[in-house]
Amino acid sequence: MSINANLKRALTVVAAATLSAITFSASAADPTKVGFVYVGPVGDHGWTYRHDIGRQAIEAEFGDAVETTFVESVPEGADAERVIRKLASTGHDLIFTTSFGYMNPTIKAAKDFPNVKFEHATGYKRGDNVSTYSARFYEGRAVLGTMAGMMTKTNTIGYIASFPIPEVVRGINAFTIAMRKVNPSAEVKVVWVNTWYDPGKEADAAKALIDQGVDIITQHTDSPAPLQVAEERGVMGFGQASDMSAFAPKAQLTSIIDDWDPYYIKRTKAVIDGTWESMDTWEGISTGMVGFAEYGDAVPEDVKAAADVVREGIVAGTMHPFEGPINNQQGEQIVGAGEIIDDGVLLGMNYYVEGVQGDLPK
Amino acid sequence: MNEILILTILTIITAATPLVYAAIGELVVERSGVLNLGVEGMMLAGAVCSFATAHYTGSGMAGIVAGMLAGVLMALLFAFLTLSLQSSQVATGLALTIFGVGLSALIGQPLVGIAFDGLPSLNIPLLSNLPVVGQLLFSHDILVYGSFILVAAVAWFLNKSRAGLVLRSIGDSHNAAHALGLKVIRVRYCATLFGGACAGIGGSYLSLVYTPMWVENMSAGRGWIALALVVFAVWQPGRLLLGAYLFGGISILQLHAQALGINVPSQLMSMLPYATTILVLVLISRDRGRIRRNAPASIGQAFHPTT
Amino acid sequence: MIALQRRANPSQLMGYLAPLIAFALTLLAGLLLFALLGVPVFEAFHAFFIEPISSLYGLAELGVKAAPLIIIGVALSIGFRAQVWNIGAEGQLILGGIFGAAVALYFYEVDAWFVLPLMILASLVGGMLWASVPALLKTRFNVNEILTSLMLTYVAVLLLSWLVSGPMRDPDGFNFPESRLFHDAALLPRILSGTRLHMGALVAIGVVVAGWLLLSRTLLGFALRVNGAAPRAGVHAGFSQNRLVWVALLLGGGCAGVAGLFEVAGPIGQLLPTISPGYGFTAIIVAFLGRLHPVGVLFAGLVMALSYLGGESAQITLNLPLAVTGVFQGMLLFFLLATDVLINYRIIRKQAS
Repeated sequence: MSINANLKRALTVVAAATLSAITFSASAADPTKVGFVYVGPVGDHGWTYRHDIGRQAIEAEFGDAVETTFVESVPEGADAERVIRKLASTGHDLIFTTSFGYMNPTIKAAKDFPNVKFEHATGYKRGDNVSTYSARFYEGRAVLGTMAGMMTKTNTIGYIASFPIPEVVRGINAFTIAMRKVNPSAEVKVVWVNTWYDPGKEADAAKALIDQGVDIITQHTDSPAPLQVAEERGVMGFGQASDMSAFAPKAQLTSIIDDWDPYYIKRTKAVIDGTWESMDTWEGISTGMVGFAEYGDAVPEDVKAAADVVREGIVAGTMHPFEGPINNQQGEQIVGAGEIIDDGVLLGMNYYVEGVQGDLPK
Repeated sequence: MNEILILTILTIITAATPLVYAAIGELVVERSGVLNLGVEGMMLAGAVCSFATAHYTGSGMAGIVAGMLAGVLMALLFAFLTLSLQSSQVATGLALTIFGVGLSALIGQPLVGIAFDGLPSLNIPLLSNLPVVGQLLFSHDILVYGSFILVAAVAWFLNKSRAGLVLRSIGDSHNAAHALGLKVIRVRYCATLFGGACAGIGGSYLSLVYTPMWVENMSAGRGWIALALVVFAVWQPGRLLLGAYLFGGISILQLHAQALGINVPSQLMSMLPYATTILVLVLISRDRGRIRRNAPASIGQAFHPTT
Repeated sequence: MIALQRRANPSQLMGYLAPLIAFALTLLAGLLLFALLGVPVFEAFHAFFIEPISSLYGLAELGVKAAPLIIIGVALSIGFRAQVWNIGAEGQLILGGIFGAAVALYFYEVDAWFVLPLMILASLVGGMLWASVPALLKTRFNVNEILTSLMLTYVAVLLLSWLVSGPMRDPDGFNFPESRLFHDAALLPRILSGTRLHMGALVAIGVVVAGWLLLSRTLLGFALRVNGAAPRAGVHAGFSQNRLVWVALLLGGGCAGVAGLFEVAGPIGQLLPTISPGYGFTAIIVAFLGRLHPVGVLFAGLVMALSYLGGESAQITLNLPLAVTGVFQGMLLFFLLATDVLINYRIIRKQAS
């Protein structure tokens, strides 16, 4: 093994020389460095893909003044903390950790790097140098629910869900409440696929739902597969995360678009200007964090108008997706007329509202 | 109700077909005494090359051929390492999967977000118009028909042809086969490449038919299921078909059960295909003699003619 | 024409030289790959092999990453020698994590010395329990363990997902799918302050020594080895085929279970829906890369862990996508596996006859 050791030592010397050369050249310009930790591959065309679009938006906005880095497919376990620390210790000034499972690793790493700013997506723990941010996707789902309620002929909508976590349950409920406002006899069938990302399984779930008579599909999983199935079977559907009309030019009624660009640009600017502060951001349609694709050709004018009313109402603050009266699955009123479910309850939502079929898996 | 049943069966066929392709190829590979655990990697290589070719040429057939070739190339790499250089088959197969996941992602970078129309169904004239049967049997895409023909061909090859006998005897005892003057390495090369071609087509099916698109890691573990199915089938083509349809069937039926509102945690429902496969295998594994007759005895072992 | 000729005896020199030749070949192939992709070659090599371990923290992380691979790899290599194909160590790891975490959460309020030992014991039981299913089915019903152990891995993943989003969920965690953070009494002691290096690294070394002693010094080890070489020969050493199957699977399951606990009670500190990035599968490569020898597994585990850390640092310092690091890692493995041919064979030039 001594040969091995010698070789390693020799290589270390060579490498140390190159390293010092690199660091020297890097310190000349000194741009702000922004790091991203992704849970999936950038090529997933879903959650991670949209965050990476946001990263590219930072580069486009600030040019040479910033440098961005990303590490993709980082498992939510022991590896996350190492990657976050590594970003922090390699001169990154601002680090976005873009999945819920990174919450505790982010908090742990942030304690040891007080001068680095951290931004954790979809979590609830903050610190002096840790902000949290998330999007009120449920607002978008209320718009989709309105459209679905008006357009369904079979009065059953299929909902392909990933994991039974509050974020997903909230989306199902917002969709259902809005749907029942315009069509009290419509119901939602939910199928859990227990994955964020398996195109084949998502397609299978879409087919099973369509076979059971749903005529509109919506999803809380990443791939365009369910929409493709909708297109093929001649039913309608909604895209997820991106405009997916390329995959379903006829079937896509609209799509919720995760638009992180403005937020990422804003927070990077705050770091450059030295005005960054720890805060909790939960934005929706009004700031553009939740966006929409163009309405599809199949959407009638009255549905467009109704959807626009919901959108504008939410933006203006005159309408809330979780405004009562809201009934639970047993038909008992749990939120009175005019009352609104507060953010704390929404954050941990773990029950279905009236109109969702089946029991919530626990 | 009839209509639901037919549609469900069609869905099951789609779910089972990529498994059938990948598994039937691996079955032949294992029958020759080689264990290639790189099915997942070969499928992904097949899926991405298939999609790229179909997208740039506009031809689904060209896509299938490209997927097949990609699988063959990956298998060639595996064969060279394990058969010519005697590297460990188990480890090389796993490394092939790591390599395939990375390579397919690299090739596929410009293809994310692009749609493809998919392969057309080949409605067989007249027959496809028959009620029920027409829809069930005579209105699939070419790859579904191909999968049944392939399984039948492999069954005939292994059990009825001389070449199949050669392949099986090499899988059972490469030393005895070598002593008889059979070309052990050459036959194993052919079997491994055939396995690669089949896994590649399985990948094609994913990116051209099942979900006509390319996204990273889209096989999502189907290569592993295919490997398990070969074991399930006790290395018999007919039973492999049964296994693939059983696994695909339970996977689809549990989704239907959920849509009907059955009150069981969805994670437990998702366990059903795996649990059922184990259970059925237990029930049909009683006959030890049959397993011994079919299991290739020298599977996974390196062979060099000078030994 | 170039051909291989079997050596009369395995070359010891090549045993040591082969990995170096593989490394050189990887550098050469990497040169080509990186040049092709327009990546600065030396910086890439530096990022992969040097940068991750150029600090104490980095070295400690290498230990954190390699420990589970080594613990599982040693156990699996013993089983593989006996021709028992346990490829479901990932599932056994998860069960170990679940069992250990259950103890930690049950004694959540208790700050006592016995909590951690009890957790380790529970994880051992959990891993063994999961591995005993394939063992039972194999010995009683003749069911192939490749299928059962693999299928049970998927079941374990789903079981964990259900537990963390239901019974074992943090009651104050807004219904997010993760358990409470463990108390200090339920966390593994760290052995190097300022780093995450935990007791697991010492256990890994202990497992290597124990594995080596088992294989080389005990009758059971002898039986396991001869069973691989010639099935039923183990019977002559006084061990039935069935007993060896049980031993191999329980050993793999137990070690995987403990490795799972070390993840949960070590660097993670709570139960999450994903507690392992596929250590149970990677350990299979590690076992073979280490030539099924405990000491070899030790080095193989370190190399494999380094290649993962290298992949991360290449993404960070060079903006290389993960895809490239996957390709590079695959190449490294191919060369390491292929050059082992030199141990048993020499390359000769043969006249075409």
